[in-house]
Amino acid sequence: MKNEYVMGNGAIALGALKAGVNLVAGYPGTPSSEIIETISKYPHEGLHLEWSVNEKAAMEVAASAAYAGARTMVTMKQVGLNVASDPLMSLAYVGVKGGMVIVSADDPGPISSQTEQDTRRFAEFARIPVFDPTSPEEAYEMIQEAFAYSEKYHTPVLFRPTTRICHAYANIPMQEAYQPHAYEGFVKDSKKWVIFPRLAFANHAMMEKRNPEIGADFSASGLNTVWNKDSSVSVEKAVFAGGVSYAYAKEFLQEYPQVKLVKIATPYPFPEQFAEKELEGVKEVLVLEELSPYIEENLLKLAGRKHLPVEVYGKLTGHVAAAGENSYETVSAVLADFLQLTIPAPRGLSDAPNLPVRPPVLCAGCPHRASFYAVKQAMKGKKSYFCGDIGCYTLGNAMPLDMCDTCLCMGAGVTMAQGFHWVDEEMEGAAFAFIGDSTFFASGMTGVVNAVYNEANVVICILDNSTTAMTGHQPHPGTGRNMMGDIVEKVSIENVLRGIGVKYVKTVNPLDLEEAVAVVKEATGEKGVKAIIFKSPCIAIVKSDKKAVISEKCIQCGKCIREIGCPAIVKTDGKVTIDQNLCTGCNLCAQVCPVSAIQV
Amino acid sequence: MKKDILICGVGGQGTVLASKIIAAAAMEAGNNVHSAETIGMAQRGGSVTSHVRIGEASSPLIPKGKCDLLLAFEPSEAVRNLPYLKENGLVIVNSVPVKPTTESLQETGYDGTEMIAYLKKQCKTIAVNADELCERFGSSKYFNVILLGVATGSGELGLSKELVLAEIEKRVPAKFVETNKEAFQVGLQAACL
Repeated sequence: MKNEYVMGNGAIALGALKAGVNLVAGYPGTPSSEIIETISKYPHEGLHLEWSVNEKAAMEVAASAAYAGARTMVTMKQVGLNVASDPLMSLAYVGVKGGMVIVSADDPGPISSQTEQDTRRFAEFARIPVFDPTSPEEAYEMIQEAFAYSEKYHTPVLFRPTTRICHAYANIPMQEAYQPHAYEGFVKDSKKWVIFPRLAFANHAMMEKRNPEIGADFSASGLNTVWNKDSSVSVEKAVFAGGVSYAYAKEFLQEYPQVKLVKIATPYPFPEQFAEKELEGVKEVLVLEELSPYIEENLLKLAGRKHLPVEVYGKLTGHVAAAGENSYETVSAVLADFLQLTIPAPRGLSDAPNLPVRPPVLCAGCPHRASFYAVKQAMKGKKSYFCGDIGCYTLGNAMPLDMCDTCLCMGAGVTMAQGFHWVDEEMEGAAFAFIGDSTFFASGMTGVVNAVYNEANVVICILDNSTTAMTGHQPHPGTGRNMMGDIVEKVSIENVLRGIGVKYVKTVNPLDLEEAVAVVKEATGEKGVKAIIFKSPCIAIVKSDKKAVISEKCIQCGKCIREIGCPAIVKTDGKVTIDQNLCTGCNLCAQVCPVSAIQV
Repeated sequence: MKKDILICGVGGQGTVLASKIIAAAAMEAGNNVHSAETIGMAQRGGSVTSHVRIGEASSPLIPKGKCDLLLAFEPSEAVRNLPYLKENGLVIVNSVPVKPTTESLQETGYDGTEMIAYLKKQCKTIAVNADELCERFGSSKYFNVILLGVATGSGELGLSKELVLAEIEKRVPAKFVETNKEAFQVGLQAACL
């Protein structure tokens, strides 16, 4: 067996393969996307892999396969779990036969998400176990345990790494070949697999009886551990931690080994017996965790029930920040305070020159910039609504484009544009929805049906760059490729729209500014639901050798910079220049230049 | 060996490849290695960092004040990450700035020189000019390999040039191997200037 240097997501993938996983389904979402991408590098007989159209579909595909006894894994980011929550909540009641692990990656910060929700809460809400790894190495081992627990208790289980686990690299054992799990196949039993109120009642009672047993099992499992127990440490103080906060705390305590560090790796059902033992004689406990005070609340519950004379410090007491991600620095400051230590402060930057801010921007040559600009030009001076969505194109909100009035969740732009129409039917301009091709398939289509059925007056702009760009260029139903490596029938967005009953559907190249503006103007003159497909591939997929250059004719008016905000166009020594390393020759700036000084 | 190396720059500059090569070379030399990358939305023209931790480490990110070598692809990103550098650590920095789009809109006149001057006041600094070093290659694509050469040549990386070069060769297409070797050599020489 050799090792592979992979990120935490790769460790999860390799662990699942070692567990003999038979089916993996998911939808891309940072920080979870590389799990499925890693698995795709190890295709073998007895393994089905797919990017599903969305998280709900992935959950359901995996559920029935697990009913048949197959080992299945579903991957998504934390907000994807919201999409999949409908099947999950019922599946928790029904249970599974083969091991089923749902990986939901949390994003403290948040770094690239809409919320700071905590999957541990979701596990408790759904009444199913959750595993919380503290490193990529542990994630590799723990995902195998997760399959075993799922099978042992016939329940789907959650597995929640956070960004710093998903995107941290480590050496992970890799096998030459992977043996798929052998399974019996689906055994029909409608009393078991068809959820009715009677079954729900019975299984609710079963789960509530079972979960404390799982908690006791976790207590004895060895998954929850104590570090630095036997050194000359304070017996009256203890630190409890979960996730990457444990790693930060351990890094600090290796230098200042003054207190024991207790790891809670299975937050629900809470390992009470284990925690109670580690609280013995402890007068003060500090809890280090991210997102919500989950371990903290459970310790408080335990202390209350057992009348333990212990003070619990954490998020609820203001010792740990309520929001945002922890870091080594925040954790060490809290620990130093708890242990009454003075630690050296890192170098400050108070006397440093002002640092330029670098908000994320659409890439140079990104066709989305051209699509937004065309709509902006066409609607100039007319009050309009621009409903954004989730993807690279959310960056259309940045100046100078400023073309994203709302962004809520996957697919919401299509339906929110309808709401604006109903409260402002006499608007001079139009209500626009901007949605990417992958997002359209994931959760945009039903919104279009809603618009057609309810006769809303909206313009739906599909920004079709033929990939799922933001999360790392995954294929989707419109690309004609799937994760089994097959070339498949492309699902045509245009045919979908026409099939739904959208009468006005036009496809336009956004990089042809004049034509694109004309189509937008024409569309807004029509009644009902209009769809414009702005079709041009992502610049990271189709590489271009073309470059734009500025000639002597340039009058330094700066219109190109002010209008489109392309990162390739900069001012150097007061002169407008085009960075030849970034430019893709998309030609948008040339069409904006008032004196035709830019040529491609 | 115990070494913490922070690589920083702007999305698209090639910091990730540089960190992978350093990590692989350090493993080849028999070390346990961990690293962590910026991935996702922030990659699009935003500030990016890679933390490479050679030797035993618990935290995936380097604690502030513990970094031995700061390898910066952009002057202001070097300053932004300076709190990570240990007291007598080394900064290797490209003096050519990447101006953010917001900068062009507001015209504050950022050109990187003030950052280099500040770095030189604060710590040991090797500043190299990517544009000049890349000129003979006709592309800025080789800059990450050049910078690896500078880091290796400085001695602060703690890895032999043979080890680093072998990892570079593994990762670039065959027809570009010779040019990359040359670029690495340019970096090694620049470290001695």
